[in-house]
Amino acid sequence: MNISCFGLSHQTASVEIRERFAVADSALPEALLRLRAIEGVEEGLIVSTCNRTEFYVAGGVSQLPPARFFEEFYNGLRSGDEPHLFGLWADRCVHHLFRVVSGLESMVVGETEIFGQVKRAYEAAVREKATGRRLNKLFQKSFNVGKQVRSSTAVGRGSISVGSVAVDLAEQIFGKLEGCKIMVVGAGDTSEKMARSFKARGARQIFVSNRSFDRAQLLAQETGGRAIRFEEWEREFADLDILVTSTSAPHSIVTAEKIAPVLRRRGDRPLFMIDVAVPRDIEPEVHRLDGVYVYDLDALQSMAERSMEARKQEDAGCDRLIAKHVVEFQSWLEKSINPMIGSVALELPPS
Amino acid sequence: MHLDFIGSFIFAADRTWIWLAAYCFVLASAYSTYALFAGKFMAPRLTFGLVVAGFVCQTIFLGIRGHAVGRCPITNFFELLTFLSWSMILIYLAIGSSYRLSLLGVFTAPFASLLSIWALLQPEAQAVPVKHPVNPWLEAHTSFSIVACGAFALAGLAGLMYLIQERQLKTRRPSSVFFRLPPIRTLVVANSRLLWLGFGLFTIGLGTGFMIGQDVDWLKVAWSLVVWALYGGILLARIRRSMATRWVATLSIIVFGLLLSMFWGIRFISDVPPVR
Repeated sequence: MNISCFGLSHQTASVEIRERFAVADSALPEALLRLRAIEGVEEGLIVSTCNRTEFYVAGGVSQLPPARFFEEFYNGLRSGDEPHLFGLWADRCVHHLFRVVSGLESMVVGETEIFGQVKRAYEAAVREKATGRRLNKLFQKSFNVGKQVRSSTAVGRGSISVGSVAVDLAEQIFGKLEGCKIMVVGAGDTSEKMARSFKARGARQIFVSNRSFDRAQLLAQETGGRAIRFEEWEREFADLDILVTSTSAPHSIVTAEKIAPVLRRRGDRPLFMIDVAVPRDIEPEVHRLDGVYVYDLDALQSMAERSMEARKQEDAGCDRLIAKHVVEFQSWLEKSINPMIGSVALELPPS
Repeated sequence: MHLDFIGSFIFAADRTWIWLAAYCFVLASAYSTYALFAGKFMAPRLTFGLVVAGFVCQTIFLGIRGHAVGRCPITNFFELLTFLSWSMILIYLAIGSSYRLSLLGVFTAPFASLLSIWALLQPEAQAVPVKHPVNPWLEAHTSFSIVACGAFALAGLAGLMYLIQERQLKTRRPSSVFFRLPPIRTLVVANSRLLWLGFGLFTIGLGTGFMIGQDVDWLKVAWSLVVWALYGGILLARIRRSMATRWVATLSIIVFGLLLSMFWGIRFISDVPPVR
């Protein structure tokens, strides 16, 4: 009797295959019933996200070939599916779950969404009374491990998307963003995401300017900001803290010559400029001005890549931490399977 | 009798408190530097606790020494350096908490360690009781001037941190250290407030110095006026927005270095003995 995991993930299967095996939230109660109906399954839990579908079971199905398990659950398999499936038993299964919850098996290493997804899957299984003592203990332990891995290593540190890198930089320049005046010039896709990121981190004064005023109004409405006509955006420049540009202008719309006189009026307030346009909207010389920091797409992208690399380098350290918890869990599991082991050992005379 | 013995021991060993303070500051420096560069993300409470412990030791020393000399304990270079380090931490604890932990842990603790060790290396460290009635103008002059130097020291440290952060932003390759130091805007504001605070206290210190009514060491006066004018110039340039923030930060460090050299240099070239 042991704990096993059968599944497929972005590491083993393409999205076309993954989507065939996905279990929708609405289908979970019925799927859990079906899982429990498989011979030998005493406890069961299903984690199904866009990147993985995994079945965690406790009972006598250990060592069952993954293909057999999937055949039973899905009532058959297509030819060619088998190589994409995996099965893990005992400590390897526990180790895998701890890595999944810690975000180490995610496509974007260290992301936190998976933690919530596994938690919701666990809650659903508990609601359906599909779990028992062993899976309850395993999943509760996995949440503790996940939290510890994130808090004591750098696996979740550093931003890995261009938008969050920009917002992190802004916070490191200004502190809190509540009081910052932000202007988005050009309501393209990237600048739209950027404006949303700023709003999510507490920015309250967002101004949007675009050649098409309707588009500016739309984005301003979505971000709780104010739309400004394109001809007027330069007038607001002196009071700005953050400028995001993404126009399709063929030449620079912000030049050192143009903003140097404005800077003097600003005093020692820094100015952060994010240029996500190609060709660039901000002349490179502007970055040389005192108190002005210009970051273009390449600079932001390179920072995001470095963060991703740093997260990957944390893998070994995280694994060491996880290994300790795997041993602890396995020891608990052995005792729970045969509670006599502990008591017999206590009664044995010292050798 | 027994209490008298303990009392006399504590008073005789007042220097021990500075040793203890130095240990605390060195430990705090080592711990915070490790945390900063090793990326261990440890809570900075230990660093903060160690610095506060060091501050308490210094306060006990200053209390004992003040009692022994019968005046504000700034009668020799050892006491002066201790008072300077104490003032710096006092001001730091008194100002806002927004950047307390990073500034205190990473930069203030090493500087407090240096000042404490420098103080302990001084040969003239014994308490010499005051022979004449205490001159309140002299007391005010010395204490205001040294506390002002504490503020200038912190302004210099804030300036140094600003330059580090600014450099990282300009290279567009900020390291993990960048994200653990205070925001650049906070540093600009802190630097400015500390310069103003230091300048105000230094002005009072200078003003009260003219009221002492004893022999005046014109070299000290001239040097003090130069420092006062330099800080005044920095602040004026800041008001008029005619100096880049980078230069204000750089000058905060340079002028504080000049001020520190004044303490040391004047002892050797001045013909008037230290204030007693």
